[in-house]
Amino acid sequence: MSNAVEVEHLVIARGKRRVLHDFTCTVPSGSVTGLLGPSGSGKTTFMRAVVGVQKVASGTVTVLGHPAGSKPLRDKVGYLTQAPSVYADLTIRENTRYFASLYGLSAKQADAAISDVGLSQAKDQLVGQLSGGQRARASLACAIVSKPSLLVLDEPTVGQDPVLRNELWQHFYALANAGSTLLVSSHVMDEAGRCDRLLLIREGYLIADQTPAEVRQSAGTDDLDEAFLRLVQAQDTKKLAQAQDTKKVG
Amino acid sequence: MSLRLTFGTAGRILRQLRHDRRTIALILVVPTVLLTLLRYLYDDNPPLFDRVGLIMLGVFPLVIMFLLTSVAMLRERTSGTLERLLTTPIGKVDILLGYGIAFAVAAAVQAVTVSTLAFWLLGLDTLGPAWLVGVIAVGNSVLGMALGLLVSAFADSEFQAVQFMPAVVLPQVLLCGLLQPRDRMPGWMEAISDVMPMSYAVQALTEVGTHTDPTSIMWRDLAIIVGCVIVALLLGAATLRRRTA
Repeated sequence: MSNAVEVEHLVIARGKRRVLHDFTCTVPSGSVTGLLGPSGSGKTTFMRAVVGVQKVASGTVTVLGHPAGSKPLRDKVGYLTQAPSVYADLTIRENTRYFASLYGLSAKQADAAISDVGLSQAKDQLVGQLSGGQRARASLACAIVSKPSLLVLDEPTVGQDPVLRNELWQHFYALANAGSTLLVSSHVMDEAGRCDRLLLIREGYLIADQTPAEVRQSAGTDDLDEAFLRLVQAQDTKKLAQAQDTKKVG
Repeated sequence: MSLRLTFGTAGRILRQLRHDRRTIALILVVPTVLLTLLRYLYDDNPPLFDRVGLIMLGVFPLVIMFLLTSVAMLRERTSGTLERLLTTPIGKVDILLGYGIAFAVAAAVQAVTVSTLAFWLLGLDTLGPAWLVGVIAVGNSVLGMALGLLVSAFADSEFQAVQFMPAVVLPQVLLCGLLQPRDRMPGWMEAISDVMPMSYAVQALTEVGTHTDPTSIMWRDLAIIVGCVIVALLLGAATLRRRTA
């Protein structure tokens, strides 16, 4: 299979407000795909739709050949929520072992996941006593423990220092090289350059689905930050023109 | 449903409880102290302690387990761990039964501790056997737990969750026949009391208090309690939604 995730005409509404407008995109198998956009642009909503916990208004999300969230996917998809979702009153080890046990995995595999996120030293500490960055990594350990085919990571590097961020990205690539597909969200543009492909979102619209090189080229700048700005401006001009067109027709 | 996942979850919840020593102490100490107070309050009237103390053996565990589970389940919902669990192979029923088993274990420890104290140290006297009182007390705390799991679905915060205690539990305490025999209530009030599970819990305890052998009313009441537990758990499972807005 060439695409781990296929999204067609996905529309998500919250109340009367549309939060995602007609998304069509793909996440190639074995890639590290970045989901980038400012805070509040719809990144988390999109990721929730991919893991199948989001109510959708219309459109389809197909993951590894199955509808998102369906039963055959439950041991193939790993999800890291934005706020660390681990039990504060358990130790890192107890948390990871519990999530490992949900997939029928052993305590040894749980310990391996803890060392993958660099928390071996702290594994017997209660999660509630950890720093924000450590807590986020404890949550990450629980997401990667099952070595899922698709790993959906919502802002996994927020609050981590540069050295650790670098290590985490190396680890993401190691997972991708071992056959996993990663969908990683971030609002930090300097992380965009690390991805194989980029999905750029703004205000619920998908404004680019390209490789970083293509984004740079189409925006005519090497700086991804600047490229994103230009794409946004281009989209605004286009929307404005469309709005004027519809006015003329009406 | 999977036994491995259900018991794995129950084990996880008990491990969480184990790290919280103060809660364990409160579970065991609070009802013990309250019952001791009651004993000396009715120091000159042992038959009254036999009646009220016995009923309290059913009421205290229900109240405490209700509070504990409603807040514990609310935390699971608000911390994002529930959403995460629902993306893993575990089923909704596994999660709820896991909670049920874990808190039933805590409830049993509590009920046995408090009943032992009541019979041995406080001189509680019943015509029926003490073990039957223990069984009904455990049944009551499991009922409190199941109701707590259910109402947690209707609370968005811990503030709201704790207020469901006076809203859901206190009316039952008032109308269960403890303060006024149920057949002496106005008809409409008796009708309300008829559909409240605690009324049957109290009736079952009173039956053990006043009969040497288990009565058919007591068995019926116990069956009603178990039925309420199952209904509350099933309704609770229905409130766990995989997809939310």
